[in-house]
Order: sequence, then C-alpha cells, then structure tokens
Amino acid sequence: MTSHIKMDERVERDRLAEMVQAVIGKPLDRPEGALKVSGAAPYAMDRLPANACHGVLVRATVSNGTLRDMDVDAVQALPGIRAIIADDRLLRNPAQGMAGEAPIQGPKDIAYFGQPIALVVAETFEQARHGAQALKLRFEADGTAIVAPDDPKADIETPEDEQDSTGDLDAAMQTARHTVDAHYTTPGHVSAAMEPHASIAEWNGDRLTLYGSYQMLRFNRAELADALGIEEKQVRILAPYVGGGFGSKLGIGPEAVAAALAAKALGVPVAVAMSRQQVFESVMRRSETDQHIRLAADEQGRLIGIGHEALVSNLPGEEFSEPVTQATPFLYQGDHRVIGHRIARVHRTCAGSVRAPGEAVGLTALEIALDELAAASGIDPVKLRLINIPQKDPSQDIPFSSHMLAEALEEGAKRFDWDRRRSEPGAVRDGEWLIGMGMASAARVNMLIESKARVTLNANGTGTVETDMTDIGTGTYTVLSQIAGEMLGLPMDSVETLLGDTAYPPASGSGGSFGAASNGTAVLLACEEIRQQLCERLDCDMQGLTLKDGHAIVGNRRIALPEILDGSRLVGEGHVEPGKAEETVRQATYGSYFAEVAVNAITGETRLRRMLGVFAAGRILNPKTARSQCLGGMTFGIGMALTEELIHDPRDGHIVNRDFAEYHLPVNADVPQIDVVLLDERDAWANPLQAKGIGELGICGAAASIVNAIYNATGIRIRDLPATLDKIIDGLQSRTD
Amino acid sequence: MTPFAYSRAATPSEATGLGRDGASFIAGGTNLLDLMKLEIITPDRLVDISRLDLAAISETPEGGLRIGAMVRNSDLAADRKVCDSYPVLAEALLAGASAQLRNKATTGGNLLQRTRCYYFYDTAMPCNKRAPGSGCQAIGGATRLHAIFGASVHCIATHPSDMAVALRALDAEVEVEAPEGAIRRLPLSQFYVLPGDTPHIETVLAPGDLITAVILPPPQGGRQTYRKVRDRASYAFALVSVAGVVALKEGRIAHASLAFGGVAPQPWRNETVESMLHDRQPSAGLFAQAADALLADARPQKDNAFKISLLRRTLIAVLNELTDADQ
Ligand SMILES: Cc1cc2nc3c(=O)[nH]c(=O)nc-3n(C[C@H](O)[C@H](O)[C@H](O)COP(=O)(O)OP(=O)(O)OC[C@H]3O[C@@H](n4cnc5c(N)ncnc54)[C@H](O)[C@@H]3O)c2cc1C
Ligand code: SF4
Repeated sequence: MTSHIKMDERVERDRLAEMVQAVIGKPLDRPEGALKVSGAAPYAMDRLPANACHGVLVRATVSNGTLRDMDVDAVQALPGIRAIIADDRLLRNPAQGMAGEAPIQGPKDIAYFGQPIALVVAETFEQARHGAQALKLRFEADGTAIVAPDDPKADIETPEDEQDSTGDLDAAMQTARHTVDAHYTTPGHVSAAMEPHASIAEWNGDRLTLYGSYQMLRFNRAELADALGIEEKQVRILAPYVGGGFGSKLGIGPEAVAAALAAKALGVPVAVAMSRQQVFESVMRRSETDQHIRLAADEQGRLIGIGHEALVSNLPGEEFSEPVTQATPFLYQGDHRVIGHRIARVHRTCAGSVRAPGEAVGLTALEIALDELAAASGIDPVKLRLINIPQKDPSQDIPFSSHMLAEALEEGAKRFDWDRRRSEPGAVRDGEWLIGMGMASAARVNMLIESKARVTLNANGTGTVETDMTDIGTGTYTVLSQIAGEMLGLPMDSVETLLGDTAYPPASGSGGSFGAASNGTAVLLACEEIRQQLCERLDCDMQGLTLKDGHAIVGNRRIALPEILDGSRLVGEGHVEPGKAEETVRQATYGSYFAEVAVNAITGETRLRRMLGVFAAGRILNPKTARSQCLGGMTFGIGMALTEELIHDPRDGHIVNRDFAEYHLPVNADVPQIDVVLLDERDAWANPLQAKGIGELGICGAAASIVNAIYNATGIRIRDLPATLDKIIDGLQSRTD
Repeated sequence: MTPFAYSRAATPSEATGLGRDGASFIAGGTNLLDLMKLEIITPDRLVDISRLDLAAISETPEGGLRIGAMVRNSDLAADRKVCDSYPVLAEALLAGASAQLRNKATTGGNLLQRTRCYYFYDTAMPCNKRAPGSGCQAIGGATRLHAIFGASVHCIATHPSDMAVALRALDAEVEVEAPEGAIRRLPLSQFYVLPGDTPHIETVLAPGDLITAVILPPPQGGRQTYRKVRDRASYAFALVSVAGVVALKEGRIAHASLAFGGVAPQPWRNETVESMLHDRQPSAGLFAQAADALLADARPQKDNAFKISLLRRTLIAVLNELTDADQ
C-alpha cells in the first residue's frame, strides 16, 4: 500500500515530534562509515568482473570541426586491443541534471576540445590507454570556433522568460543617495569529486546492468536507455557508493554509454574509468560568469533598487545555463528591480550543475556588492543586511515559508565578535600580515522533487528501507535510517537502508540539496503506512500507537514487534510530489558567514584565519552529517574566493589546468578552524519532515565573506575571483617599497 | 604507457650500464610514472635505482655534506646537520610537494624533475621540450607559470624544484658516475643548461649518467632562509621563491648568495646582484637597487608580469629578514 502526499499546503502536524525513539536530530555516525574508511565499500570500479575488458575514451583535439578519419588499423594491430567503438550513439557530453533523455549524441561533429569521440577497448587497462593515446585522428577544423564568452563575435542569447524588470531602476540609480554599479567575474569551476567517473556495463541477453557512479538513478536509467535506443526496463543501474558528485554525476556520462556499447559489441563486460584529465575535459564545468550588479539605497542604507544581470556560457545546443540570479529576486527589499540573463555560445567543455548552481557564484557577487554599499554608506555590513530583509518575497509578493536570516546574522555577529572589527580598511596589522574581517549572507532556494521509497518491517522486527536514492557522501544512509527508526520505534542497528539500485522504488536522487527532504518524506510516508497496518493488527487507532525499541505500546500493553508480526512482514510505500506550496510561498534556506583573513603585505598571499557559518534549514535530521555538508560547502567557498579557477587556452578554449596539481582546490593548510552553527527551525511548508535542504547552502555566498575580509584588511576590492596574489599585490602599500 | 623492460640495479655501475639507449632510471617515481602514463616519455627500459646503496648523508673531509642520490626528501629535511647548518635546504624541501611525495622523492630525482608547463603535459600540444621541433604552444597561451628569465623563443618553461634553488644558493655540486665508471663533480651552476633552441636538453648529463650524490661545501655561516610564494598555502609550485644565505660582518654584508625559483628554466642566480651587495651596509636603497638589477633582465609573458613585482618584493623582504639587526 502506498501513502501519498502532494505538497499543496502546510503540513501542520509534526509527526517526527510525536515519536519517541529519539534518533532523529541526533548526531549519529554513518552506518557505512567503517566500510568506507577501511576500503570495503564497493565503488563502481571495485565491481570489476574477472572477464571484463577495459575501455579508454579518445578525445577530440580540436574545438570545432568534424572528425574525418581515424587510423583504426594501426591501433587494432596493437597487443590486446579488442575493439574501437565509434558508434553514433556516443555522447557529446553528459546529460544535464534530471534530463531523463539522452544529450546530443554523435562523435563526428566536434563541439569542444576534449569531446569523447571513440572508445578503445582492450584486455587490460594499460593496453586500452596506450591504444587510445596511439589512435591517430584527422579532423577538419572549422576555423570559426568561438571559445571565449567575451569574444565580440560570440553568439549571445537573451531568453525572454529569463529577463525581469519592475519599477525603474535607471531612475532609482540616478536619485539614490548611495549606489554601487560594478561588474563581478567568476571563472569556471569543476566539481572535483574524488572518485572519477567510472562505469562497468554487463549485458545479459537484451538486459543491461551498469555499475556506475551517479547521483540520480531514475533519470540516469532513462537517459542511458534513450541513448542506447532500448527500453528503460531493460536497464538496471547500481550505484550504492558514490565517491562525491557535486553535480558532476547528475546526468549519464559518456563513459557509461561507451561501456554499454562496447559490452554489447564484444559480448563481455566492459569497464570504462575516466582519468582525472578526462573528467576535467569531458564532464561538466560551472560556467564562468560576468555579473553586472547595481544597488541603489537611500540615506539610511535601505535598498530601493537592485539590478543583477549575468552573462554565462555553454555549448551550442545545451539547454542548461548557470542560474546566477536565482536568489536575487527575494533576498533583499527594493521596489526597482532588474534581472537579466544572457548565454554566450562557446566551444568549451559543457557547462552544467556544479556545487550549487546559481547562488554559489551569484550570491557571492551580490554579497560583495552589498559590502561595497556598506563601505560607501558607512553602515555596518551586518546592519545593512538586517535593515534590508523584506517582509515577504518582494518580486512575487508571496510570503516566506520560514525565514531566519536575521537570526543567523545576529547569532553569527555575536559568536564571531564582529563588534571588534575595525570598519576602516587596513587598520589591523600583525607583523607582515594585514588582518581583516568580512561577512556575507547565505541563501539557497529550497526544492522538493517527486520521490518514492519502500519500507519493510521484517518478521524479526527489523526494518529495511529500499529506494534508488543515492548517498554521494552526504549521509543519506544515515538520515533515512534515522527517519525509519524514529517512525517505527527501532534503534539504528535494527534498520538497514539499501540504496543505489534502480530495482528499488524511484527516488528524487541526490542533487539541488533536495535529496534528504524529498526522499526522507517518502520514507516517512512508507512508515506511516506500516504504522497503519500495525494499528489494524493491534486494533487501535494511530493516536494510540507508540513504537519504541522494537515494541508497540498500546494502552497498557507492550508487545515485541515479532510477536505482532507472527512470521509475516509488513510493507509500506511512500510517495511524495511537489504541489502548490511551491507557488504559494517562497521557500529558501538562509545563513550567514563570517571570515577573518590575513593578507601578506609583501606578497599579497591571503590566508584565511578563521571562519564561521550559521545556517537555518528547517529541522536538522542529523547535526553531524549536516555540519559536514556545511564544512564542505565553506571549504569550496574558500576555493572560490582564493584559489579555484579553470584556465582555458585563449586559442582553442581547452582546459589547460586539468589536474589537481594545477587546479587549486583548498588543501588542509588553506582550511583553518571553521565553526558551524545550525539554528533550530521548522518549515511546515517544505514537507512533513519540516526539513529543508542543507547540502549546498554552505557554499552560497561563502566566498564573499572572504573577499570582503580582504577589503577590510587591505582596502583592495576584488571583483574578479579568485583573489590570487597577482590581483592584490599592486594595490599593497608595504614597508618593502 | 608503452611496454618496457624492468631491471633492478644492484650497483651504480650496473645501473649506468643498463641506463643507456632509451632507458630511464626510476628512483621515487613520483614524476617519472606520471610522465610515462601520459606517454610524455616512453622509455624502453626502467632501471630501478631505488635500492642502490646511495641513501646516506655523511660529512665530507672538508667539513661539508655528502648527500646520497637516494636520500628521500623527507629524510634530508629532517637531518640534524642539514637543519643546523643548511636550514635553507630543509626549508626548501619542506615547502615542496606534500608529505607523501616527499617520503618517496629522492635527491637525484628532485634535481631532474621535469617542468610543470601545462602544454608539456598534454601530448596533443606542440612542445619543443617533449617533441623537439614541434613548436611551443605555451607562447601565446596560458603563461601564468612561465619564466621571466632565461627563456628562449623555443621554450619558456620553468624548472619547478624548490630543493634545487636552495642547493644553488649553497653552491652545491652534483656527483655523477658515467657508464664506464668515471666519476665527475659538477657545480650546480654548470649542471643545467638553458633551453636555447634545444629545450629538450635540460642538463649536461649524457645517457647512462647516474647522479650518485650532491655535495655541499662547508657551512658558510650567516643567516639562511627560503621563502616560497604560491597560490595556496601548501602543495603548489612556487610562483616565485628566494633562497638566501647572507653573512654580516661589522654591520656590512660579508657574503650574500641568492637563488630564485619559479622564474627560470633552472634555479636562477645573478652574480651581479650579489656583488652589488658585497661589503655594503644593508639599507632600503641598496636592496631596491639590487632588486632593480635582478629584474632588469626580466622578460615577462602575457600572464606573468606580476612575477616581476612579486619577485622584487620577495627579494627585498628576504634581504630585510636576513640583515635585520633585531632578529
Ligand atoms: C602533485 C605534485 C606536487 C609537487 N610539488 C612540488 C613542489 O612544490 N616543489 C618541488 O620541488 N617539487 C614538487 N613535486 C615534484 C617532486 O619533488 C618530484 O616529483 C620528486 O622530487 C622527484 O623525485 P623521484 O625520486 O620521485 O624522481 P623520479 O620520478 O623517480 O625520477 C625523476 C627523473 O629523474 C631521473 N633520475 C632519478 N634519480 C636519478 C639519478 N640518481 N641519476 C640520474 N637520473 C635520475 C629519472 O630517470 C627521471 O627522469 C611535486 C610532485 C607532484 C606529483
Ligand atoms: S614552454 Fe617549453 S615545455 Fe612548455 S610548451 Fe613550450 S616548449 Fe614545451
């Protein structure tokens, strides 16, 4: 039986609060943690069958043109080579998140440098890698390749439905007492998941099993089937362990389709793992952005106008474009508003979802602009934000579902000793180092995605959760077990959660921070279904049933679950769908960041000294896993602020820094003490759990707090991220001069 | 990776014998294996020298130090004599790579590590260093990492080692055993060669030549420091680095040796700058002059002009640090 809910209105009743097992909201360890740290958790490539062949993708080495010819014979003659697959069904680039259908296919038309165009299959990985390296290719280059969005010849789209304007911002800018009018630029970023993309494909007749590393299996199954031209039901995907995704594994990738085609052609399982360089070149990058921000404020700093116009890029034919301005319409007040969005078509690696698409870079720019307004108006940055929090969504004129930005700002300022900050830049020095403090708001839209789950109460009184949901390192196994344990009155070790298999009910998948809330709701509903069945067996009503420690308590009876079940098992299914609540209220998560940096007065090197994030995201299901998410987000924020940048060759657009030695993620020494505070909140509009997504919140705006701290330390305003020393050094006044 | 034969050498002479004709020595393998996987180099034979009896650090009769070619970077950095008498070397080693890499990397391998030029690492790109005569794709490309000194129109890559910069400031020598058993000593100043029109030739070593040791002269006294400036706090190659050894006598600079990393195809040194400082009183004006003299030769690329002011400021800071009367 299925319990179903469509989120059309508030869910007043807080079911989890009525339960007594007391596992929800506790900082519990991950049940699979020991497996992961001991190397026993099987990731995709750990499933290698003994008879598998290995495939290595071959890339295009022009950025726009046609593949004319490959010297197949020479490679086929090399030892161990089994096949060279250049099927028309190979993917040009991965599918975008939740596409549910194949992306553009066909290896002949080259749209970017690094595009996979063939798969060399051999008996060993080394043979395949050498074959791929040795394969001689002949391209007919199309000389007109535009590889940079600021190329004046770039084709720029201005989608009508993504432009918005109310009031008269131009006039507001003329009359306002304080204004900011500046461009902010962010470079491309990559997800940088630790586990590179890898798939093993195995056919049994016309049925395909794929061991992969993916975030959204129900969509991935549809995408893979569509790419291959087969039915969805012929495909099973397993991804019980995923070594990080951060958006890069939302949609099916070239390696999965190539592995499936090769396995079919050869009649043996085929494994295709990408090298780090291939992940950089042929998975997804976050688009670089150019953001024009205008702020108009009155004497007291109250915003009367906000303009946020973004230029992003993507390949020709791709629908996704980085939704830079996503939080701008509702974060701050102001009657005069402009939202603009343009897309340059460029021949660079496909742009897609990377680590909180939209707010991660969009809010960062907006929050730097706010800091400029604070400096221009002489108003404290925290206060400036507090006085500009709107009462309701100013763009859509709808109420907020729940809103704790003010609390997050105040709590953060208090804990960080913000009042010790000197407002004039360059006032604090520690030897060679200039010290500064900065802050920013955090905000991220909250989403709910259709999701299903099945829960079984087994005859022995244990529970089993089954869903094709994934745990990409976020803690899904933990929180789903907690929800089921809470609802069924089971201790954590009596609940087993099985994930990452399309044989289970289809879930939301992991993405957009919606996984725990969407799929957790499905689990909660499935448990309600089981509780209902228990009531029937016990002849009581739902109100009268208490479940705790594997027992049902009804009136003055306390009965062990196996006794009630009497050899049978109870199965419940849950199904949640988004509904009108999405339009009735504005749902988002909020927070604040505070950062202290030291900027070297001689070299311009910036080192973060401490950082705090305060977040409100509805009910926190597990403070330990939630905190880890926020720490990770803020660490990516450090990267965005200080080090991370995809560097493209100016001539052919290829990514030149395509490994972790030269694409600079923050390393341990870059990440100092970070504190995370989670505020207590419930959002009854979000879902019956009253929880909102937290995964991405910790990066949205984080970089701005650091860049703003650099300004406070030095008086140098960085508008072009990352704030590498070359952008700082010329502005420094130093005793060595 | 292309197929290769593998032999483990028991003695240096066995290694040099096997090391000719398309063979490569493998020591820690931290650079070589990456290059082989990417088919940037494709040796027919790997001669494993990692178990040669060359892992000792011992004092020389002259009072200097003999560092075996197989001494691991982490062991060298932790050696008491190095820490006491050649701290610039210990600091340089610890500023390089990561703890894991330093545990594998050897003294000989570190000297011979290849450039980090992006285009060198991509076999689809023309690169005179990797494929002589194919061109240099870095010129006109992404050049943030590249050289401001000593480059040519054929190659603008830098040498990435930190250790070698400290060794250059310390006037180290490299001991080399040739295939027929001849042993020679080369000052580090004569060990590397500039790219000119043969950027694939980086040192004076001939095929089969084995580095057996690095020899440090007796400690010169004075103060030493290694200052590395980079894009993140750890685990990044130098944008610029300065190794400085400065001795003061009666308020004057009795001796200054300065070497620079991240800026040239080899650890860079400029004798003119050092002689300008010799026998002079430290002053802001003097240091500015020295920096001007050093940077007069600088030829930046499109993306790395910042290295000029960065090196200038870093050099002056190092000189201040090493001559500061209060320290
Ligand atoms: C991610 C990363 C970051 C790094 N960061 C830094 C850094 O910040 N600073 C820095 O200085 N270095 C850095 N390194 C480089 C590191 O220091 C070198 O890879 C290491 O020192 C090489 O030593 P090895 O023993 O592993 O050499 P191998 O890889 O074994 O050999 C390198 C070369 O030297 C030759 N060779 C080795 N020993 C001898 C010998 N005795 N005689 C003749 N030829 C020999 C080999 O044939 C080969 O050509 C980094 C490396 C990596 C991978
Ligand atoms: S700079 Fe040197 S290493 Fe780099 S591409 Fe040019 S020739 Fe090759």
